Amino acid sequence: MKYIDEFREGDGARHIAANIAAEVRRDVAYNFMEFCGGHTHAISRYGIADMLPANVRMIHGPGCPVCVLPIGRVDLAISLALQRGVMLCTYGDTMRVPASNGLSLIKAKARGADIRMVYSAADALKLAEQNPDREVVFFAIGFETTTPPTALVIRDAAARAVKNFSVLCCHVLTPSAITHILESAEVRQLGTVPIDGFIGPAHVSIIIGSQPYEHFAEEYRKPVVITGFEPLDVMQGILMLVRQVNTGQAVVENEFSRVVTRDGNLTAQNLVSQVFELRESFEWRGLGEVPYSALKIRSTFAAWDAERKFDLHYASVPDHKQCECGAILRGVKRPADCKLFGTVCTPESPMGSCMVSNEGACAAHYSYGRFRDIAVVAA
Amino acid sequence: MCLAIPARVVELLPALRAVVDLAGVRKEVSIDLVDDAQVGDYVIIHVGYAIGKIDPEEAQRTLALFAELAQSEAQP
Amino acid sequence: MTMTTAKKNYLRPIDFKHGHIDMTHGAGGRAAAQLVDELFARAFDNEYLRQGHDGALLPFPVGGRLVMATDGHVISPLFFPGGDIGCLSVHGTVNDVAMSGARPLYLAASFILEEGFALADLKRIVESMAAAARDAGVPIVTGDTKVVEKGKGDGVFISTTGVGVAPDGLCIDGRQARAGDVILVSGTMGDHGVAVMSQRESLEFETTIESDTAALHTLVQSMLQALPDPTALHVLRDPTRGGLATTLNEIATQSKVGMAIEEAAIPVLPQVEAACELLGLDPLYVANEGKLIAICTPEMADTLLAAMRAHPLGRGAQRIGTVTQDAHYFVQMNTKFGGRRVVDWLSGEQLPRIC
Repeated sequence: MKYIDEFREGDGARHIAANIAAEVRRDVAYNFMEFCGGHTHAISRYGIADMLPANVRMIHGPGCPVCVLPIGRVDLAISLALQRGVMLCTYGDTMRVPASNGLSLIKAKARGADIRMVYSAADALKLAEQNPDREVVFFAIGFETTTPPTALVIRDAAARAVKNFSVLCCHVLTPSAITHILESAEVRQLGTVPIDGFIGPAHVSIIIGSQPYEHFAEEYRKPVVITGFEPLDVMQGILMLVRQVNTGQAVVENEFSRVVTRDGNLTAQNLVSQVFELRESFEWRGLGEVPYSALKIRSTFAAWDAERKFDLHYASVPDHKQCECGAILRGVKRPADCKLFGTVCTPESPMGSCMVSNEGACAAHYSYGRFRDIAVVAA
Repeated sequence: MCLAIPARVVELLPALRAVVDLAGVRKEVSIDLVDDAQVGDYVIIHVGYAIGKIDPEEAQRTLALFAELAQSEAQP
Repeated sequence: MTMTTAKKNYLRPIDFKHGHIDMTHGAGGRAAAQLVDELFARAFDNEYLRQGHDGALLPFPVGGRLVMATDGHVISPLFFPGGDIGCLSVHGTVNDVAMSGARPLYLAASFILEEGFALADLKRIVESMAAAARDAGVPIVTGDTKVVEKGKGDGVFISTTGVGVAPDGLCIDGRQARAGDVILVSGTMGDHGVAVMSQRESLEFETTIESDTAALHTLVQSMLQALPDPTALHVLRDPTRGGLATTLNEIATQSKVGMAIEEAAIPVLPQVEAACELLGLDPLYVANEGKLIAICTPEMADTLLAAMRAHPLGRGAQRIGTVTQDAHYFVQMNTKFGGRRVVDWLSGEQLPRIC
């Protein structure tokens, strides 16, 4: 597969690993946060941590839209389906997120809720047009990559006057989340979570461009390298961060230059600003209320806003007492630090969203990495 | 963070849609967000939508970067 | 007054082109009998079915042990590239019997039909089953039909049970893998699952991938015949739901061993790999319906591999790894990339994802 295979090539990886090993300073600790769940997944799946020197540590960030979706939002989706008889369309990722009362979307489906998994937002609109006597709601989650498709679908629904279709908008924004982390006590004052640089999101950046990150580099003096998702991209991104730390630089670099430009995809950005506007505040699982970090549908499209249409009110629901998702999402703790990890909380019976999503730090560690916690004897 | 894959545009369709090919698997997608996509271009596909285009020269440049030798610490 | 000249004993033939299943077809009365007669019995026709009795009276070879297996088939869509629920239900059970090294002898088939199901589709499925059974040389000797109300079934559910005979002295099951054994697969992984998914609405992608559904018992027999000592073959299993990864984990846990496999050695068609990339799936977890995993002593690995490749269903056979000693029963994989990772059980259902 072109533009995929060449970026997964093993010899190339070993070469970059050797470069990293040659260039790190022995006496320096390098702590880099990979914001994106996709990077967390790649690092685990390809065993990249194994290829880094011991003083380079990767901290998993909260860039996994499923992981940061608070219980209260899933509850809204479930109530629409179970109590209001709505046909609830959702991406596969959210089906197993545990919500209140021991439910999840997949469990609600087992109880008779009409929940349909869709691959694309357009499929939800199609279902609405095919079922004019049913109310159809699309549960829209995701960062900036996934937001433009939702905007398109709302625009099309309005243009075609599809009255039985609406969107439950839970789209969140990357830069605000990064700011929130950088402003957090652990990072700013306590220094318990040292962050020397960021591996910046790949596909989000296709949409928003590299420009929005320049602020972090300047204001917080942290280097940001926008990095592709293939393993060679990730390794090169880490190397570029090491170099910036070594030379005391703090700028935005773009490793994923084959698709990301400084301005990003303007068509997509314009479309998003036509349909959405900023919410003053939005609760993120693990991070609490984060200002200007999420989107809501503009009043021009009010008829397609499920929150208005069904008069929904968000109620915050706390996590399980011993669930450390919050701390893990902020990089304060690791999966193995959570008392529930691997025992009560497994991919089969997830207690929190870090275990549900393929990219959640806990799921990634459980699936790919937990064998490193235990000494394994080979034949 | 999102699952998005580069695929080659093999056919343009009306209403800003296109057929893309990934190693012989073909899929119809929207090119609403990359409306200047042409047959032969590689676009990044996410949930059924093209969200960006690959610049083949930059791709080559990146591969060449991977192969570079380590910089010594003393270099600026 | 004369009697009408209506034909005596005339039974209007079932309209297979336009007719539908209704509740009378499962009621045990004339309509049900007619369906069995005109469809099932005609398609599956064999001397045992012709006995027309509730249970089939069957000859059984002297010596050896009885092997029995059963499988329920609820696949949707019913028709997919390379097959349908009918032939799948025959192959699935024939394979389950064959995985003990047994020779499959007879099949039973039970149908749960949904009211309203198109008879044209049913006929197509039954004829496909009949052809699969004939090609495999395993007759369907008894069966049953029930009808459930509309909305309570997915068109049709098929349950098949098979019996076979395994020679004395053979001991092939999931508990027999030993450290040092070699792991082989008979061909490419993930074909069936991808073929089925390509038909699911809302995923719709075009591919020339077809399901690999096939009866593997003749492959198993030629493998056994190629071995001077058949006890060198320790495990046979077909990686169906959950794919190669799940099946290897099952065997590792049952045999109380670990495994070390090479990603580069696992055969996957480029289109299957591409489809999995598009959907965010891992081919190691995608179902197969015409492939098997074989675990044997290291001394016999080359012989077995050659025997597999000599058979039409084993042309793509590859050696993919070895069994290890591991108290945690981990299946570890050396990735193409050069790292090492654990290949875990399938968690929940593999769903296409956005991130």
